[in-house]
Amino acid sequence: MSLFTRASTASVLYDAPGPKARARYRLFGVLALIAIAGLLWYAVTMLSDNGQFDAGLWDAFQYNTIQQRIVDGLLATLEAFGLAALFSLALGALLAAGQLSDHRPVRWACTSVVQFFRAMPLLILIVALYYAFFAKDPMWALVLGLTLYNGSVQAEIIRSGVNAVPRGQGEAAYALGMRKNQVMAGILVPQAIRSMLPSMIGQLVVTLKDTSLGFIITYHELLFVGKAIASQPINAAGFPYIPVVLVIGPIYVAMCLLLTALARWIEARGRRGANRRTSAAA
Amino acid sequence: MRTRRTLAVALCAVALTATAACGKDGTPGASASASNAPQLPTYTVKTDAKVDSAVLAEAKKRGQLVIGAKADQPFLGWEDLASGDRSGFDIEIAKMIAADLGFTPQQIKWQTLVSSQREPAISKGQIDFYVGTYSINDERKKSVSFAGPYYIAGQDLLVKADNKDITGKDSVAGKNVCTATGSTSIKNIQQYNAKITQFDTYSACVDKLMSGEVDAVTTDDAILKGYASKFAPKLKVVGQPFTEERYGVGLNKDDAALRTAINDAIKAHQDNGDWKKAYDATLGLSGSAAPTPPALDRY
Amino acid sequence: MGFLFEDDNFALFRDGFLQTIELSALSALLALLLGTLLAAFRVSPVPVLRAFGTTWVTLFRNTPLTLLFFAVEFGLPALDVHFSHLTFAVLALGGYTASFVCEVLRSGINTVPLGQAEAARSLGMTFGQTLTLVVLPQAARTVLGPMSSVFIALPRNSAIAGAFSVGELYSAQQTFSERGYSIFSIFFWVACAYLVISATVAALFRFLETRLAVAR
Repeated sequence: MSLFTRASTASVLYDAPGPKARARYRLFGVLALIAIAGLLWYAVTMLSDNGQFDAGLWDAFQYNTIQQRIVDGLLATLEAFGLAALFSLALGALLAAGQLSDHRPVRWACTSVVQFFRAMPLLILIVALYYAFFAKDPMWALVLGLTLYNGSVQAEIIRSGVNAVPRGQGEAAYALGMRKNQVMAGILVPQAIRSMLPSMIGQLVVTLKDTSLGFIITYHELLFVGKAIASQPINAAGFPYIPVVLVIGPIYVAMCLLLTALARWIEARGRRGANRRTSAAA
Repeated sequence: MRTRRTLAVALCAVALTATAACGKDGTPGASASASNAPQLPTYTVKTDAKVDSAVLAEAKKRGQLVIGAKADQPFLGWEDLASGDRSGFDIEIAKMIAADLGFTPQQIKWQTLVSSQREPAISKGQIDFYVGTYSINDERKKSVSFAGPYYIAGQDLLVKADNKDITGKDSVAGKNVCTATGSTSIKNIQQYNAKITQFDTYSACVDKLMSGEVDAVTTDDAILKGYASKFAPKLKVVGQPFTEERYGVGLNKDDAALRTAINDAIKAHQDNGDWKKAYDATLGLSGSAAPTPPALDRY
Repeated sequence: MGFLFEDDNFALFRDGFLQTIELSALSALLALLLGTLLAAFRVSPVPVLRAFGTTWVTLFRNTPLTLLFFAVEFGLPALDVHFSHLTFAVLALGGYTASFVCEVLRSGINTVPLGQAEAARSLGMTFGQTLTLVVLPQAARTVLGPMSSVFIALPRNSAIAGAFSVGELYSAQQTFSERGYSIFSIFFWVACAYLVISATVAALFRFLETRLAVAR
């Protein structure tokens, strides 16, 4: 029954439910379950009526060579992601430092770079880079495009994180005679990191997902491989677009969830460390 | 303890990704190639080939010829994903040329490119040359140059086998017609007032045709016949070609020596019968007899 | 740079621009409606609905948009759902963005202190009154910042639709580069168009922010 009722705690929106409300929630729960199950059932029957679950369409995934291709695509995706993540964090730090600079020209230059690349569709950026400079080596068009865009977003995250640290912290540090670099590196950034981390990791997930744009510029990443499998059917059963989506999709979701889990873990570690430090101080 | 467990999990994950195990080898339906099917010709590699070409010198240096091709066109440019083999008429033409330029089939590195990627890939040197249903026209001659033509196709329509409405170019007005981005077919069909859908590959179009989203797929008959015979008896080609598409080998605009060499190679293999043998073993399988090879256009 | 004013290039560019705006506006509407519904599911007291909302958000937020386009464009016809390419694109883009909208709204609602709602309820306010007079106005202010990022990202993401037979700016860029114009001048104009769109969206949100700030 626990599926349909909730531990009787109040939330912002709802009071702790009484017996009548619990009965009503249970009714809603059952109705919703029926509706969702109906929708799923409809989708699955339609797909199977359409022959999407015929063995022929799924045949491709049985072959060693094709599995190897998927693995190779996955590794290519991870390679592009790794490079782009590294470079975008570095660029983000650099641009954020520029945006927080005391020199007006530097600040303006960095701010306009950030605003420009934040507004530019990644697809258009990557395609332009590929056509203009990197036709021989599409991976670098992808990595550079990802770096420019995600670096700008990371810069915004870092900048707003630093600005969100209570003003007194910086003022106190300056009053102690610390220099700007010391205030930044010793006081503001370490405090900001903790509040920035979720958004930064969220942006890394976006970076990972956006590596899939590589398929448009002939970079052989996971989606490129998936598209090849879908458009080069190994038998006459048809084009296995739906099977490919059902296989490739979960791989992406799993990768992103792993990345998020990793982020949570790092965050928890950071918090544990902070607690240790405070308890030691006390 | 905790770190060690994390490490073990990571190692397992790496081991899993490094080797994709538990699958089948080989090609589906490989047994179908009966002994009386037309055999592909073999080409002797000219080891003494001397061409004064910058592109080729680069290729010689890396020991690999990078050829751009399509991968999703049955009997023309097809890649069997299960075995990794490429086959088709375009692929045979590319192999002939490669042999005359002094490269064995093992020294060819294939690069799959869709229609809209061809010009940048050729002019920026991502590939050495391109063989893949590439129609010669003046607009493209601005950015690449062409050897050939090695085959002449005509734009036609692919429809469902039970379709009786569409009988040719004049009956497509108001119909949903699908074709590939960056192909010559788009411009040709636009003047007949069809509603145009475009994807980067023809296979996406054929999927849309089979799911009933579009009424017809239009491009060159050679391509369409391949799909029709691959998915027989669901689809048919209308059979009223309304353009002339001269397929050329696309290559760097400034490399005249390479163009001459490729033209010579095509000519030689047309004359010694390889061209017809290759046709019979590839495009011929989709049901049309070999035409006479087209005359080269050495512009 | 001047190529834009040759032949019918300007018409193509203008149509692409308008199509991008139409696609973005429709997707934004869908994302807002669907996102609000999903957020309502996620904070509802009915576990089944909460699970549905969570699943949706997890799936859509962690799938590349391009893959979603494939799923919609080639998957829905197999479910016997036939629409125009623009509608398919709106569904993919709207469904994707809705998951982000949902998360923004949910975290916004969660920032409202519990005491606020309890006070409202003990004054005898109904659910509707609590929501519209107490919770949402406070949530809206914290929501605006992240929401503006989501909706600035939306027109950028709409470029992917160009690869799926929607004649917007990316597909105009493709056509121009097929016509052999220099990639730099094409990029210049397309970049301008996107900057205009994102500046407009940003200005809209700044306006909303000042309006709400006055209400405080």
